[in-house]
Amino acid sequence: MSAAPSETETKPLAFVSAQALRQRMHTAVNDPQLRTSFRGAMDFLMAKRAAQFPDEAELASLRSLSEAIRQYSLSKLPELLEQLEANLTRNGVQVHWAETPDEANAIMLAIARRHAAKLIVKGKSMVSEEIEFNHAMEAAGIGALESDMGEYIVQLAGEKPSHIIMPAIHQTKQQIARLFAEHIPGVDYTDNVDALIQIGRRVLREKFEEADIGLSGVNFAVAESGTLCLVENEGNGRMCTTVPKVHIAVTGIEKVVEKLEHVAPLFSILTRSATGQAVSTYFNMISGPRKPDEQDGPEEVHLVLLDNGRSQAYADAQLRKTLQCIRCGACMNHCPVYTRIGGHAYGTTYPGPIGKIVSPHMLGLEQTHLLPTVSTLCGACGEVCPVKIPIPELLIRLRGEAQSEPHAHPAMVGQGAAYDRLTTFVWRMWARIYGRPASYRAFSWLASRLRILAPSRQAGWTAARTPLKPAPRRLRDRVRNRT
Amino acid sequence: MSARDRILARLRAAAPAAADPLPDAAIHYAGRARGESTAQRAARFKAGIESFHAEVHLGTDADWPALLARLCRDKAVGTLMYGADTPSGRRLEAASFAGTRLRPWAGKLEALKSELFHRVGAGFTEARGAIAETGSLILWPSEAEPRSLSLVPPVHFALLDARRIHPTFFDAIRAENWSAGMPTNALLISGPSKTADIQQTLAYGAHGPKELVVLVINAEGDLR
Repeated sequence: MSAAPSETETKPLAFVSAQALRQRMHTAVNDPQLRTSFRGAMDFLMAKRAAQFPDEAELASLRSLSEAIRQYSLSKLPELLEQLEANLTRNGVQVHWAETPDEANAIMLAIARRHAAKLIVKGKSMVSEEIEFNHAMEAAGIGALESDMGEYIVQLAGEKPSHIIMPAIHQTKQQIARLFAEHIPGVDYTDNVDALIQIGRRVLREKFEEADIGLSGVNFAVAESGTLCLVENEGNGRMCTTVPKVHIAVTGIEKVVEKLEHVAPLFSILTRSATGQAVSTYFNMISGPRKPDEQDGPEEVHLVLLDNGRSQAYADAQLRKTLQCIRCGACMNHCPVYTRIGGHAYGTTYPGPIGKIVSPHMLGLEQTHLLPTVSTLCGACGEVCPVKIPIPELLIRLRGEAQSEPHAHPAMVGQGAAYDRLTTFVWRMWARIYGRPASYRAFSWLASRLRILAPSRQAGWTAARTPLKPAPRRLRDRVRNRT
Repeated sequence: MSARDRILARLRAAAPAAADPLPDAAIHYAGRARGESTAQRAARFKAGIESFHAEVHLGTDADWPALLARLCRDKAVGTLMYGADTPSGRRLEAASFAGTRLRPWAGKLEALKSELFHRVGAGFTEARGAIAETGSLILWPSEAEPRSLSLVPPVHFALLDARRIHPTFFDAIRAENWSAGMPTNALLISGPSKTADIQQTLAYGAHGPKELVVLVINAEGDLR
């Protein structure tokens, strides 16, 4: 697989090898423009979030409540999914289930074909990115057009989002100005942001008017009432779910909550953590298709529930916490690694800390075992997570899953993918020595006496550091000889 | 076995034997401004939604149609579309709208899509209520006031009775017992549509209304 981002970005479900990932990170770190974009954006988002939580006690209470709601919902997940399905069906929504991205795309393609759809207009949906929905539709000759401004920009550029909330965060307004001038007929170069947004508005309004199907994601699915909740600022999500005759919502099976009132705290902590907004412009609650006496709204509403590895995470009590995520992106905004390499270097749909813990379930550890190591374990992600996912703990767990000897009952696909006999042997020996005082004393005595044999090139360590050499006298010797 | 059955079977095999205890969200909201007067609540709502670039005008039950007529003229909206079969729709029809064409919504969206997208300058709807904490309007679109009315025209006028402002979203859901039955579409609206997708620069008028104008009545006294 190529290391060049432009070649791998558009390949369906393409993921990068360990070597390619290292090269991509190297390239990203050496791109001053990219680093300036991300540094500026992350500083901006961190400051905006901090300003939303002036009261630490309120934040602590809201985080605990949000964590409890997500854990409660997961503890009843199969039951809540059935309740959601029953209530949505009663409301007139058609519910579909898909185990894999291919199944999800096939379900949606069948709906599109039934309506002889030519154009699907899309609200922002990371699950649709996860399943490469646009490619699947295009391959079948159906247009899939992104209508969120950021998603529209990355689609024009032939890229994927570099951030789950702000997809075009890596682009400067000058780059976007060139992109618009080049791709939109009749548009001259302007880097005035208001003018650029008005251009996008004009182009996309025509599409809302003519589209056959609107596609959206789901932020929260409420079981007790059969309600799909969407969070957005632009109004494109409302357009996609209001104007076309058919609305298809696609989401992961973990997004369900039991009660409508559970949505209030989660919505509050989501917008404040994500973009530092007290509330988003729109909170759109959809409970069914247009009724006979209603004048607008879609005549058909479909919900596609996607597994794609989520039930694997669910099966393990610790890994299940991955599914608490409400996709706010605060973990990436506060991540020192993400800030320096940007979202594209990871090569996965979901970048940053959440991407490192969720992608291995979607893709298997063979392809993703390096991701959990792309971390300093500084803990910032876990500290800001609004639902208290212990991301650093999960990263360590995934490293263990990848590097442990393959065994018969693995917790996840690809367990042992990074297993190395020699490394495991060295660590086992070290554990044996370190675990016994007598052997450790003997080892350290030998090491200090044979320090001359310490190699001057020590694998990765000496790439950027001076070689390690044992001290001529051990600490214990110096303490003993102290006068 | 279907995909549904396989997914549910995997989840059931792994689900904890007993569910976690039901979280009590009420505790988190317990201390929040329960003793507020309508005027105080309206003032918090106004400050909140104004910070999101909405325009708020205080009126009375008697004079709001005249206020709306003046705002429509000042903003040169041209055509104002509204729901005919509502109490406030009838008040509009009785008022004098010099310089503004009043157009009641009639028929299905498909029949008036082109007019709505290209020739209607403003939409008028009632708000079901609002949320003081965040400065959000609550709308439950209906047969009389379809959802596109607050979405497609470049200006959205909303009429809000200040006595229907709740302290928080949580209170609104509980006090009005939303879980007993939701409409096909319910909305919270906090300002005109916006985006910061280009270099984190905030721009208003993304895909929805470029302006949101709220007429607040029954606010009991001076909010400033």
